[in-house]
Amino acid sequence: MSSGRLERRAAMTTLLTDRGDDLLVVPGLGSTCWDLAAAGDNDRNFYLWGAMGGAAMIGLGLALARPDKRVAVITGDGEMLMGLGSLATIGIQRPANLAVIVFDNGVYGETGMQPSHTQNRAERAGVDLLKVAAGCGLDPCLDVRDEAALADLAGRLKRLNGTLFARVTIEAAEPPRVLPERDGVVLKRRFRAAIGL
Amino acid sequence: MTDKAAAQDWPERLYQTFKRAGIRQVGYVPDAGHARLIDRCRADPDIRDVVLTTEEEGVALAAGAWLGGQRAALLMQSSGLGNCINMLSLARSCRFPLLMLITMRGEWEEFNPWQEPMGSIVDPVLKLCEAEIFRARQPDEVEGLAERAVQTVFGDERIAALVLSQELIGKKVWTK
Repeated sequence: MSSGRLERRAAMTTLLTDRGDDLLVVPGLGSTCWDLAAAGDNDRNFYLWGAMGGAAMIGLGLALARPDKRVAVITGDGEMLMGLGSLATIGIQRPANLAVIVFDNGVYGETGMQPSHTQNRAERAGVDLLKVAAGCGLDPCLDVRDEAALADLAGRLKRLNGTLFARVTIEAAEPPRVLPERDGVVLKRRFRAAIGL
Repeated sequence: MTDKAAAQDWPERLYQTFKRAGIRQVGYVPDAGHARLIDRCRADPDIRDVVLTTEEEGVALAAGAWLGGQRAALLMQSSGLGNCINMLSLARSCRFPLLMLITMRGEWEEFNPWQEPMGSIVDPVLKLCEAEIFRARQPDEVEGLAERAVQTVFGDERIAALVLSQELIGKKVWTK
């Protein structure tokens, strides 16, 4: 890819192709939530319309509660930065069925493309979420920058055996919003019903 | 039970309440007032103790636990409630059950004046966040109030806080 960056909607679709009934997905609020909805609605998605900084911790609580399922948190760099401490918390717990995947474009797309901490600047490199996650003990930590690495990540997501972290470098584009259900009680009830609760 | 025995026993009673309620995940930021309860939870193989970097993580943890069919509790000091406020919108928007146990600072025999600004607004903040408040001032009322908080949380899918008064916990000893 000429830009060295992946297209976010295609990346989400690749990760979720043939996802299986045992994959539970929590996006961040904003762009990753629209990406997840665009990839196809599923009762086993718990869309977030708020709770910024909370996606990874929702994933942790879910992964600890359901060792029989795989849990993927797929969020953006801005959302992850707000909950950076949760990587430390997850690093202590390290459930074998959790993947934290960050779509990193270095900007806050929802609010007007302001640069995030991860963006490289002329005077210095941006914050490296991969190093943060590795320092917190998540393993493996994957740097996903091309289709081959993305396919590898999609494969690993199908057979999780550790607390995986992946940074997926994506283009700073803003595709049209695809809005999922936004009633939180409905989202909660349908999610629980889908896994037999 | 004598007053003295009850005074020493209430953390154990809280642990027993957790067990009866089927609590499986306990999130906490370490706190002296909760120290005995934290120790009991850490020693229990059926309870996953999750040490947090900030209390708001625990609000999200409890939501995730409930999505997966487990009950969680969140332990914090009064200062930690302030860290939770926006994340409580997750529990409110989705009606997630959320059981909070809050040890008070800044209201009685407080040496550290920096605890007073947040300690003084715990009750109004909880009310504004639509949490039911159960305030324990005496050791012998802790267990009964904890049971009512559990019922409110998991029976009605609501937020409830068991607020443990500073007088109940005792004076923090400051030495140099």
